[in-house]
Amino acid sequence: MLDVGRHPNIELMAYSEVEKVDGEEGDFKVTVRKKARYVEEDRCTGCGACKEKCPTILPDAFNEGLGDRRAIYSWFAQGIPSTHTIDPDHCRQLNGKKCGICAKVCQADAVNFDQKDRVVEIDAGAIIVASGYKVFDPSVIPEYQYREIPNVITAIEFERLLSASGPTGGHLDRPSDLAVEAEIHELEKKVKKSQKAIGKLEKKHGQDSAEMVEAFQSGDYADDDDRKKWAAKYAAHLEIVEPLETLKKKAEGFSVAKRLAFIQCVGSRDFRFYPFCSGFCCMHSIKEAIIANEHERETTSVIFGMDIRAVGKGFEEYKVRGGNQSGISYIRGRIAEITEGPNHNPVVTYEDTKERRVKSVDFDMVILATACAPNEGVEELAEILGIGVNRFGFFETGTFQPLDTTVPGIFACGCAHGPMDIPESVAQASGAAARASLVIMDSKMREAS
Amino acid sequence: MSKKEKEKELPKEDLRIGVFICDCGSNIAGHLDCKAVTEYASGIPGVVYAKENLYTCSEAGIGEIQNGIKEHNLNRVIVASCSPRTHQPLFQNSCSAADLNPYLFEMVNIRDQCSWVHMQERDEATAKAKDLVRMGVSKAAFLEPQMDIEASLNPRALVIGGGVAGLTAADTLAGMGLEVVLVEKDKDLGGLLRKIHRVAPYGNEASERISGLIEAVTDRSNISVYLGSQLEDVGGYIGNYEVGIKRDSGETVQENVGCIVVATGAVPLVPEGLYGYDGEKVITQMELEGRLKKGPVEAKGVVMIQCAGARSPEREYCSRICCQTAVKNARLLKEQNPDAHVHILYRDMQMYGTENEQMLWDARGEGVRFDVFSADQPPSVEEGKVEFYRSLTGKTVEIPCDLVVLSTPLVAREDAAGLSQLLRVPMDQNNFFLEAHAKLRPLDFATDGIFVCGSARYPANVEEAISQGLGASSRVATILFKDKLVVSAIVAEIDEDSCVGCMGCMDMCPYGAIDYLPEKKICQVKTILCKGCGCCASTCPSQSAKLKGFKPEQILAQIRAL
Repeated sequence: MLDVGRHPNIELMAYSEVEKVDGEEGDFKVTVRKKARYVEEDRCTGCGACKEKCPTILPDAFNEGLGDRRAIYSWFAQGIPSTHTIDPDHCRQLNGKKCGICAKVCQADAVNFDQKDRVVEIDAGAIIVASGYKVFDPSVIPEYQYREIPNVITAIEFERLLSASGPTGGHLDRPSDLAVEAEIHELEKKVKKSQKAIGKLEKKHGQDSAEMVEAFQSGDYADDDDRKKWAAKYAAHLEIVEPLETLKKKAEGFSVAKRLAFIQCVGSRDFRFYPFCSGFCCMHSIKEAIIANEHERETTSVIFGMDIRAVGKGFEEYKVRGGNQSGISYIRGRIAEITEGPNHNPVVTYEDTKERRVKSVDFDMVILATACAPNEGVEELAEILGIGVNRFGFFETGTFQPLDTTVPGIFACGCAHGPMDIPESVAQASGAAARASLVIMDSKMREAS
Repeated sequence: MSKKEKEKELPKEDLRIGVFICDCGSNIAGHLDCKAVTEYASGIPGVVYAKENLYTCSEAGIGEIQNGIKEHNLNRVIVASCSPRTHQPLFQNSCSAADLNPYLFEMVNIRDQCSWVHMQERDEATAKAKDLVRMGVSKAAFLEPQMDIEASLNPRALVIGGGVAGLTAADTLAGMGLEVVLVEKDKDLGGLLRKIHRVAPYGNEASERISGLIEAVTDRSNISVYLGSQLEDVGGYIGNYEVGIKRDSGETVQENVGCIVVATGAVPLVPEGLYGYDGEKVITQMELEGRLKKGPVEAKGVVMIQCAGARSPEREYCSRICCQTAVKNARLLKEQNPDAHVHILYRDMQMYGTENEQMLWDARGEGVRFDVFSADQPPSVEEGKVEFYRSLTGKTVEIPCDLVVLSTPLVAREDAAGLSQLLRVPMDQNNFFLEAHAKLRPLDFATDGIFVCGSARYPANVEEAISQGLGASSRVATILFKDKLVVSAIVAEIDEDSCVGCMGCMDMCPYGAIDYLPEKKICQVKTILCKGCGCCASTCPSQSAKLKGFKPEQILAQIRAL
């Protein structure tokens, strides 16, 4: 990213969309909309003072909603360009309310609420489409109960939990436990507030609340309105203290997730959703299981898959090592359903094809290895570019021209034209650059002659 | 040159050091006292100017540095801010623009190492920042002006291997206007693809495509093709390799090239002693390809066994492409004779991606049968049948058949080791060539100027080999389309007088950047290949190998300042 951001021959247009493409191979005219960030890219130094003061708190999409961000934000810490953006749907100032705090704290004077979208036209000899893929949303699979059972999460959510810079600092805290902790946090705030109010009254009257309430209940202070309110306040206070204590006691028993299940082919190899194999998910699960084990050595993982497709260089060896050294077991088969057991533990029901028995096993957390789905907007982009989409919903390319789309001069690489892993994507990116260079060199030569 | 001549080379006694302390908005200043650090810096001997900036990397901050150099006649500049990884080039260029040699710049990281890691400890973070600045100043006193290293580039490329990956690379590079030397060991171009009947998933004729590509390559006037030839010796380095090619006639030709692409492919394992392999009734997929090419295969029952000689303790890797090959051929057999019973015994069907998985669905629909076996209970091949344990039913099953096809892995060529030595590039435990980074640099070697593509790296299907061939040519083009090679002056040097020629450094160097000179009995750094990692310097028992910019006196000065 950094290399791209710094390269003198690369103009980076992040937060921008292609709207129109005219022309042909060697001579395209591309219309791009640069969306308003409300932050001047060339002034913003990425220091982040603005987001520290922004009062609007929103779920952080980069962390899969597991953490939060502000209305002025950077997508993630080391992103390129290292600039911030205001979310126009949620910013107070942009929605007619009084605020503008970010503009006040920004010492680089980069915030500009009057910024507008800019539409620019680019001349290009060739176009490379590298628009990636979309993570499949498994909530449409009824038998897995994603979003119904809190401790059933996706591989990408799990990735954020594993990340040292993620919402849990790399601890495998279970979403059900995190919810309780959030509740405790809220209650504590309330208790603190009511304690303050009660404390004031105690000080004012020089009397302990419990004592006063006892006397009040036995008939004293019948005409004292102030004490009457005090008694009510104290009762309400006790009403929140009790559940808080219960929750706190419950939270004492929480520990990080140590028994994990990974479910492969969630949305992939499934005629209801995507018939194809997403290629990288088996290795992704193995990697996540190995890292989880590195975090806590007693962590064990079961990976449920129809086949474990460890097909890249060094992958099979990695898979075997995961089994031998990182507490992973591999079970062949597609699981039947996930239900919720005691303590919010997901229970996985499956057929053990080796023992020919149906089993139900409970885990601390279940991770769904979701499909690599065609990206949102593929159809629209295909229409703008005039290129074909294949029967799987990805951009169409061929066996012998694997990076050429159906339109000369337009190339595709990476998951935009089918699921693939990182090394394959990187190799293809270089390949697409070579195809594009050939087109540009050809057109230059034609111009010269 | 005139600008460089102007660059100041002042003696050390006349040190005029400028220190710029960056607030990074509140990123640094929010967690430590930048003002105190600046005041402290101005009191360090040798420092004539210290300035606190809101953002040193902003236009205003850069202006401060350049004004400082001019107004205070600075001959060393230190910026205490963030990571050199992101900002050193910017600051060095700014020094250059103000006529100060960029190697007289030193960077101190008070963000990652102070404000970030000691976020809740303001006093400690401030004290540490002072220490780091003092260390930087002490080192700066010993900095020397350096010139970037420049070398010429020969805009020609050598491609080793004339299979589909190598042909694609050669064709692409030649299409870009570069001269290409293509060396093929065989008497013909085309590699393994010539032996393949049809290519998955659409059943395209392999020969059609490969002959088209061969024709394109042989037609190009800027590609010299050496058939029946092999590499004999390789000298030089990126930009200027001298290669000796031994032709089938026995004569050796010399070629000079700037970059090298390794596309030597791999060969299918011949499974001697496995499952009763005899080349008649028990054959390999590659042999089946040959039979399919000739015409209908006479067989009523065919059993294919996957992972024959792969994913075992002696050959642990999965060969990636054998499952798709088996399914493709199974479908071709069914197409020729719909009544034939075709059965694939597998461990995991590796039908990754869109088209492969679709092919698996289609094959099932066409009546190809699939069954799983486990590695500890492999099938057994007997006269007229194959027996295997079907764990789903818990029974041993017999499949009558008159042909058994073994899906054997692609294995590295026997002469890959020799080539690896000639080029001084590494191989992995399976003798496939080892790329610089498994994820992010799949086509590069750690050594600059040499690249790899196709099955020489790891088994690849046609589509992947073509993509990688294109990719490798792009990697070559990024080098050979420049006028000259410019690399950082932060490289190692070996003192001729004290080097005893023990060659310890050669073993440590990950980039093959050190040569032994037998006539002088010493080692020498090929500066253009050196990446400045310092492995040699830390290994050298006589301290003859030193890394510029990180010489012992420079590092010791830093340590002593602590």
